[in-house]
Amino acid sequence: MLRRGVPAIRVAGCLVTTVFDLMLAQYGVEREGLPGDWPAGYDDPEQPYTPAWQEEITSVDARLAIRIAREFARNAEQTNGRSMICMGAGTNHWYHSDQTYRTFLSLLVLCGCEGVNGGGWAHYVGQEKVRPFTGWQSLAFALDWTRPPRQQAATPFWYMASDQWRYEGFSAEELASPLGRGLFTGRQFADCNALAARLGWMPSFPSFDRNPLDLTDEAKRAGVPAAEHVVRELREGRLHFAAEDPDAPENFPRVLTVWRANVLGSSGKGHEYILKHLLGTTESAQSADETPPELRPAEVVWRDEAPEGKLDLLTTIDFRMTGNCLFSDVVLPAATWYEKYDLSSTDMHPFVHAFSQAIPPPWEAKTDWGAFQRIGASFSRLAAKHLGVRRDLIAAPLLHDTPDEIAQPYGEVRDWKAGECEPVPGRTMPKLIEVERDYGAVAEKMAALGPLLEEQGNAVKGASWKPVEEVDYLRRKNGVVRGGAGDGQPSLELAEQACEAILALSGTTNGRIAVEGFRSLEKRVGLPLADLAEPRAGDRITFQDTQTQPRTVLTSPEWSGIEAHGRRYAPFTINVERLKPWHTLSGRQHFYLDHAWIQELGDGLPTFHPPLHYRRHFGEQGLREEGRLEVTLRYLTPHSKWSIHSEYQDNLHMLTLFRGGPVIWMSREDAERIGVRDNDWIEAYNRNGVIACRAVVTHRVPEGTCLMYHAKDRHVNVPRTELNDKRGGTNNSLTRIVMKPSHFIGGYAQLCFGFNYYGPTGSQRDEVTVIRKRSQEVVY
Amino acid sequence: MHVKAQVGMVMNLDKCIGCHTCSVTCKQVWTNRHGAEYIWFNNVETKPGVGYPKRWEDQEEWQGGWELDRKGRLRLKAGGRLKKLLQIFWNPDLPEIDDYYEPWTYDYEKLTTAPLSEHDPVARPKSQLTGKDMSIKWGPNWDDDLAGAPEHALRDPDLEGLGEQVKLEYEQAFMFYLPRICEHCLNPSCVASCPSGAMYKREEDGIVLVDQEKCRGWRFCVSGCPYKKVYFNHNTGKAEKCTLCYPRIEAGQPTICSETCVGRLRYLGLVLYDADRVEEAASTPDEKDLLDAQLGVFLDPEDPEVRAQASRDGIPDDWIEAARRSPVHALALRYRVALPLHPEFRTLPMVWYVPPLSPVANAFEHAEPGDPDDVFPAIDALRIPVDYLANLLSAGDAEVIRGVLKRLAAMRSYMRRKEVGRRPDAGLAEAAGMEPADVEAMYRLLAIAKYEDRYVIPQAHTELAGRLMEQQGTCGLDFEGGPGNCGAVPASEPATNESFMLTDMAEGRMPAEAAANDEPDDQPLRLNIVEMLERGSRAAPEAEA
Ligand code: SF4
Ligand code: SF4
Repeated sequence: MLRRGVPAIRVAGCLVTTVFDLMLAQYGVEREGLPGDWPAGYDDPEQPYTPAWQEEITSVDARLAIRIAREFARNAEQTNGRSMICMGAGTNHWYHSDQTYRTFLSLLVLCGCEGVNGGGWAHYVGQEKVRPFTGWQSLAFALDWTRPPRQQAATPFWYMASDQWRYEGFSAEELASPLGRGLFTGRQFADCNALAARLGWMPSFPSFDRNPLDLTDEAKRAGVPAAEHVVRELREGRLHFAAEDPDAPENFPRVLTVWRANVLGSSGKGHEYILKHLLGTTESAQSADETPPELRPAEVVWRDEAPEGKLDLLTTIDFRMTGNCLFSDVVLPAATWYEKYDLSSTDMHPFVHAFSQAIPPPWEAKTDWGAFQRIGASFSRLAAKHLGVRRDLIAAPLLHDTPDEIAQPYGEVRDWKAGECEPVPGRTMPKLIEVERDYGAVAEKMAALGPLLEEQGNAVKGASWKPVEEVDYLRRKNGVVRGGAGDGQPSLELAEQACEAILALSGTTNGRIAVEGFRSLEKRVGLPLADLAEPRAGDRITFQDTQTQPRTVLTSPEWSGIEAHGRRYAPFTINVERLKPWHTLSGRQHFYLDHAWIQELGDGLPTFHPPLHYRRHFGEQGLREEGRLEVTLRYLTPHSKWSIHSEYQDNLHMLTLFRGGPVIWMSREDAERIGVRDNDWIEAYNRNGVIACRAVVTHRVPEGTCLMYHAKDRHVNVPRTELNDKRGGTNNSLTRIVMKPSHFIGGYAQLCFGFNYYGPTGSQRDEVTVIRKRSQEVVY
Repeated sequence: MHVKAQVGMVMNLDKCIGCHTCSVTCKQVWTNRHGAEYIWFNNVETKPGVGYPKRWEDQEEWQGGWELDRKGRLRLKAGGRLKKLLQIFWNPDLPEIDDYYEPWTYDYEKLTTAPLSEHDPVARPKSQLTGKDMSIKWGPNWDDDLAGAPEHALRDPDLEGLGEQVKLEYEQAFMFYLPRICEHCLNPSCVASCPSGAMYKREEDGIVLVDQEKCRGWRFCVSGCPYKKVYFNHNTGKAEKCTLCYPRIEAGQPTICSETCVGRLRYLGLVLYDADRVEEAASTPDEKDLLDAQLGVFLDPEDPEVRAQASRDGIPDDWIEAARRSPVHALALRYRVALPLHPEFRTLPMVWYVPPLSPVANAFEHAEPGDPDDVFPAIDALRIPVDYLANLLSAGDAEVIRGVLKRLAAMRSYMRRKEVGRRPDAGLAEAAGMEPADVEAMYRLLAIAKYEDRYVIPQAHTELAGRLMEQQGTCGLDFEGGPGNCGAVPASEPATNESFMLTDMAEGRMPAEAAANDEPDDQPLRLNIVEMLERGSRAAPEAEA
């Protein structure tokens, strides 16, 4: 602990200082007359945050750090903020990456670079976000028919569903700041998740240990609203959140449909845990010890027998025979990009592109839209009989950009279950929303644009409007459905029609919507904004336009950039230039966060935390067999230059262009240590799993670290392992999700859940692995 | 003066990201077929590295290209006349398959057909030469991003003489990418090496091609090309090479590798040159003067005399106009930032490169803390050693590299000053020997690099191509085993590793005979010894129109 003084005054009996002063004190910027322990200068290696101190951690020469800092700031000064930090996956997935991100942002904010074209943070991940956002979300989540959708935060879902939570070597308590109040005492990460579900911070599905269809039936019989019934059942201990007992059979996820993804071949962190607990395959190479009794969850139920094989049905829709397909019960052949109609865009590129069908889908392959329509049709036929029309109940989290943001003021954590407050849906717990489901009409609804857009409108990031004209336009453009649930509504039978609807319903592709959206924002923020979209108010990009040529998108309230007069998207230019408040507690950019859990972690300001100490938490990983040389290295899985997640990595050209199978890159020094030469077969293992692959020895990787590029599936040129005679693993065989408690926070200003926007990240970067040479004769 | 037009290419190495998109699209179009599995007309090498095939740059080993004899006359390095005749059935300079790599595929069908089993199914590598299981030991891009560099990179011929300057250590690591295609040389040693007269340089645009009808598979072109850009198809038994996508060029379109280049770093355009001076230039005594000699062969399309002569020599007006707007001419001659690859091979290559700038190493030691935009003092502190680039692009003349890097750095500084609202500094331009207006034009070409500025390709004149009528209905690419699909002959039996190798020749059989056995060979050995003897000793003959 360091003690340093800050300038302060007393106002109404309270000591007041500025965040800026606190931050300078944190970073060791000494000023005349301030008491405390300060660094002697830049070259003081003892005190945190000096250039000399960072050199010991990063190996970056202190003089170089100083020079880069000066040049960065000087450039920002000369160019009015056009200094940029450009990052790919970079620091992502390190346990404390949230803090690292905040330090980047602080540097940029201090230099005046945010919201400046050519400056700020160019963050080249997360490009799965789509430009015509509101159009896309209307269709993707069926907001035209039923609201709200069930949207889950992926990281906690996989963490719990694959029982990775049962293998912790430490708990939240370990991370608490010495100045903390003990808020994490006895709390395991699974407990944090249970609390987050209970307080409405994060979505959590299945939500309860009882079918929501039954809950509404019960409520009806009791003659009370479903929400009231649920609150009473919870309070009286007859109903429980599923997150409190994830291993109870009634809480298992049972059916998993994977579309456009390769969870089991590349992206599923904690791969071997997924194989073991979710799938129940014998192929899992996981060998970790379970959490010792003293560290087990205080609240989440610990079952002595961990379940294996929770899933009943795994279906994959893909056009390649990936690892995910190999483990699936059903594989549905999919059309490729050149065999279907679709849209393509990201949040970072200023164009919206079309996919057009060059050839029809070969053999039995179906387009995505076609496949789901067929599934929908069969489902509807069966469901009409077995399910009929029912009332469903959705436990929805407190959402970003809605009044939910002020549901739990001051960032204090109050748990109704502990009697700290009353359980009030939408305030101290999830919103409990009843919706009607006509299960027999699912397919018909998918093939028609539903009535809710006209009735309830569309909303994004605080702006809202009613696309009445657009729905009418779509009736004329796409034609009208006759008969059935969608009678009189615009047709969405064909993928092209769905694309048309997405384009018509988004402000990025329809000027009228952009203007309407900005008008509604004007009311909210009291500033003129609609003029940003007015010059292109009459523009409407049709699907045919995008087929002819990629089209430049419009400035829209869906995003924060001004894109006009040749300017490209740069986030927050609207906030900076038009003074639109940031979507934060104060409406400004924040250095400081005051939520109780963030304070508990000592994360109030952007500060440095070292990587997790795996050796301490999980013990030595090596087997230390007599006569076998081993080396323990930091294990990184960065994005490869040649694949978008798993795509392309099994293509013959690409495999020919690099070594024909999975490899781990390691330094010459480490390779020498274990007698490994370039292209030797090696095995990499830890408690999570085992990889059998070849070594790439290079001086491009520093000593002590090895890397296996992301998305190395196990289905091409992967032999059986020497260690356990199973098929060698994927890049994620050595990883396991580790959760950071503060990521669960919700219900408080900008710290509110937003689907694919704000929620826990799956960190796995701090992992270590053991590498050793193996027999060069491999068996497949 | 005899004016000719040549389609040339410039690649700006500053922008290459090593994605290999060019290689893949090229392969997909041209060599994705039996017999050509190991062939990459376009490949991208990580430098420092040994390349593909291994150490292709080392002509002491491969004897490619030209040299001067004791009397200063140009001759093929592999020797002319007699030596070649003696070696006609056994050419010691031919790379073997392992110098490239043994191509493989996988038994992918296992993934869909494997029965339920204890271990999940896996596709394993199979040799495309033998069909048998194989263990992958080398590939066309084995050392990508310095993979295996500690073991291999020091054998990079370009590192010669650099000694202590290059340490393969993490903190000192440097690398860049070198995309390569056939150089479509003005003085192609491949053409001169061919005993069958199958290789030729096109009259109208200088593209170097192999006549598949005439090729007898002797492979002297393979060894004769110092860039190792002629390949032997072990199925057809004939030589193949980069065609500069001539069907596209004729239509005024860029090559596939250029069109799909992600870094947008390729430029295509015409260069007018004096065919009468090619041999003289290639015979320049001092290797270091070859760059200037080659530049001296190029003609200035702004010069009215050149234009008049070009016209008299049958070059259409729109081609002369295109030559004026040529980005290749501009980068090589006007701004002098593009350089030929290994000019010392004396083939007068026509794919040139803008050398890459790189970060200043140990910035705090080398430059004074003054103005960080002051780039000149840092040229010798760049991470990629100037001497290394010199070995690659200027026959070892570091001054040439310094000059180019200086111009590039000056352009950046000049434009930066202009951009950030300070006065553009004409002195910066002048220090690099340029006019401010030139700097801005160069910036437009290199940094803005719009499609229409990168590719200035005049269409072929159909009225001059008499034979086009006869070719109607064919695609010109459908020779046996070729990439065309208008009635292509199906591929023959899979070749064996041996058939790739030298056994056929060692046994005295004609390789083309051995492989293309379904057509009786009515013409016996068409070895034109006179032509060959001639070619071995002088610059490439002009193909007759
Ligand atoms: S690089 Fe030159 S010598 Fe080699 S094949 Fe091409 S034209 Fe012939
Ligand atoms: S496509 Fe362009 S950028 Fe990519 S490797 Fe080839 S030359 Fe370089």
